[in-house]
Amino acid sequence: MGVSGITHNPAKPLPPGPEQDALLKGVGQELQEKGFVLSSVDGLVNWARTGSLWPMTFGLACCAVEMIHAYMPRYDLDRMGVVPRPSPRQSDVMIVAGTVCNKMAPAVRKVYDQMAEPRWVISMGSCANGGGYYHYSYSVLRGVDRIVPVDVYVPGCPPTAEALVYGIMQLQKKIRRTGTLRR
Amino acid sequence: MALNEEQIEALRDLAEHVAAILPNDIVRSETRHQELTITVLRGSLIKVLTTLRDDSNCLFRQLVDITAVDYPEREDRFEVVYNLLSMKHNQRIRVKLTTDESTPVATATTVFSTAGWFEREVWDMYGVYFADHPDLRRLLTDYGFEGHPLRKDFPLTGYVEMRYDEEQKRVVYGPVQLKQDFRSWDFLSPWEGPLPGDEKAVDQVGAPKAGDKG
Repeated sequence: MGVSGITHNPAKPLPPGPEQDALLKGVGQELQEKGFVLSSVDGLVNWARTGSLWPMTFGLACCAVEMIHAYMPRYDLDRMGVVPRPSPRQSDVMIVAGTVCNKMAPAVRKVYDQMAEPRWVISMGSCANGGGYYHYSYSVLRGVDRIVPVDVYVPGCPPTAEALVYGIMQLQKKIRRTGTLRR
Repeated sequence: MALNEEQIEALRDLAEHVAAILPNDIVRSETRHQELTITVLRGSLIKVLTTLRDDSNCLFRQLVDITAVDYPEREDRFEVVYNLLSMKHNQRIRVKLTTDESTPVATATTVFSTAGWFEREVWDMYGVYFADHPDLRRLLTDYGFEGHPLRKDFPLTGYVEMRYDEEQKRVVYGPVQLKQDFRSWDFLSPWEGPLPGDEKAVDQVGAPKAGDKG
């Protein structure tokens, strides 16, 4: 987007307002005139990755219901490109929603290993963040970050569906900030 | 659950009837809070359950639950509890027996087939062995778990915890290391610690001890 003077850093998206309108108008005009726009590969790749972030929803306990709420019409996640995939092989992000017990931990790790790079993990709810309500129990894993690397923690018991949507948007911001083609 | 006069009368009749048909097996029978509980001898469990199931005035055809209670100060530390329901007569009864760690209890699977998993759970959580059980193995705890968690001498946090080992590329068990101690809250007072000028309060429950992170 350099020739006609419209440059924009994709890692810092503009909030809705006159500046954003001007930018969109300018880009649209350029497309009409020339038929193409110029962008960086990283910007394009990040746009593709954040625009269609497919989670493998790992609903383990009560947080799964709030995750379901996030897919329902009020806070529709599908409009942001987030479609739930049942298989780890077809997903980008794993949302661990609920308590992870010691018995379940090797299965969680196996599923995480089956995901293809680039992959991210969202830990949803206080049980997945750090053991939560069952932190002192003999059979509960004290946080899913003991076995998989977590990118975004969504606090709450359960987090409201809105909080989960916010967490997914934070992950999108993180991807735009740190993502490159090679990762 | 409040019972009306008729139901209380029916419960009393049931207690008498059960005492009459099983005279030698009942150690104690009590009706408390409108619930009937009979304690039986360990050896006559199957006879008691079969009688309660088949007798026409009882007809306790449904086994609702089998659980256990741990009283560590007693010699027979475990009390195994059977909850029965009679749909025909709309009655409930509780059958209890006592045992210790090394004495097996006869399995109730011959009388009620649902006892299978209930007894597996009691074995897993308490360590009460059921003789002649078709498949007595753990139910709820993890596959290599050692110990019986619901005993009173088993600590809340257990002995092992799980984490991921980078070298072995799998999850492993290690000894428990709690990052934050178990905190006890003083719910009666909204302030943490002794109030200024109140040095006597240092000895009260909930006052912070030296080194407490609060």
